[in-house]
Amino acid sequence: MRAKVHVFLKPGVLDVQGKAVEQALHGLGWNGVEHVRVGKTIEFDLAAGDPAAAEAEVKAMCEKLLANTVIESYRVELA
Amino acid sequence: MKAAVIVFPGSNCDRDCKVAIERSTGAQVEMVWHGDTALPDGLDLIVLPGGFSYGDYLRCGAMASLSPAMAEVKAAAERGVATVGICNGFQVLCEMGMLPGALLRNEKLKYVCKTVDLEVTNSQTRFTAGYAGRREVAMTVGNGEGNFFADEPTLDRLEGEGQVVFRYRNNPNGSARDIAGIVNKRGNVLGLMPHPDRAFETELGSADGAILFQSALASA
Repeated sequence: MRAKVHVFLKPGVLDVQGKAVEQALHGLGWNGVEHVRVGKTIEFDLAAGDPAAAEAEVKAMCEKLLANTVIESYRVELA
Repeated sequence: MKAAVIVFPGSNCDRDCKVAIERSTGAQVEMVWHGDTALPDGLDLIVLPGGFSYGDYLRCGAMASLSPAMAEVKAAAERGVATVGICNGFQVLCEMGMLPGALLRNEKLKYVCKTVDLEVTNSQTRFTAGYAGRREVAMTVGNGEGNFFADEPTLDRLEGEGQVVFRYRNNPNGSARDIAGIVNKRGNVLGLMPHPDRAFETELGSADGAILFQSALASA
């Protein structure tokens, strides 16, 4: 099973990188761009048969290491 | 008096901390490799130094927080041993949950390296008693991710319970409520972004950092 974890700063936390990228896109003429957030994706193979158990496991990984839930939120995709 | 400095792969202020503690207090300082599973006996002070532990992989301090030595540091802090995290060490303490909040990218996205004027917001802690009511001190900062963040209720609680220890006079990185350093509720774990280890004798521009190490050991 392939897991993808998307980690972003929480909505209330200022994303200064996102702001800088947004300004750069405006500078290139894409003035319709708003609310840019820069995050990261972590992908890995996971030895698991049952999707529900795999999801619980990946969420535990997020809580313990992959995300800092004081400032970040995460989303898990399994395929 | 005995102190330990924890050395992670990528730490770069570990030797500065050793020299700073030795010269400002005369204490014996042992270097502890992050992979060690035991700390020296009879420690009065533990210091987590600045630098880029594990290359700041994933998040600053995230990998270091899982080091075997850190489990021992956490246990020692729970027994009441004075523990100081400086710069990257502060990030590690937040990642461990030993201090509340987190350190974000600096507001202007720049690495800031300069001397900063600090207010000693609480001089009643075991780390600041030696300032004897002095309000103004100077130390240098050197960080790209020193922008302290915590949610509003946490910030209110930190301020209400005297856990904010140092504040910037001119906020260099966007830190919430100008916070430069905080202690835990019990008062034996301090995290700060400015470097007392770079301000321990007048030849360095400031000797104000020496007082912090002296206070920490005097309280042991």
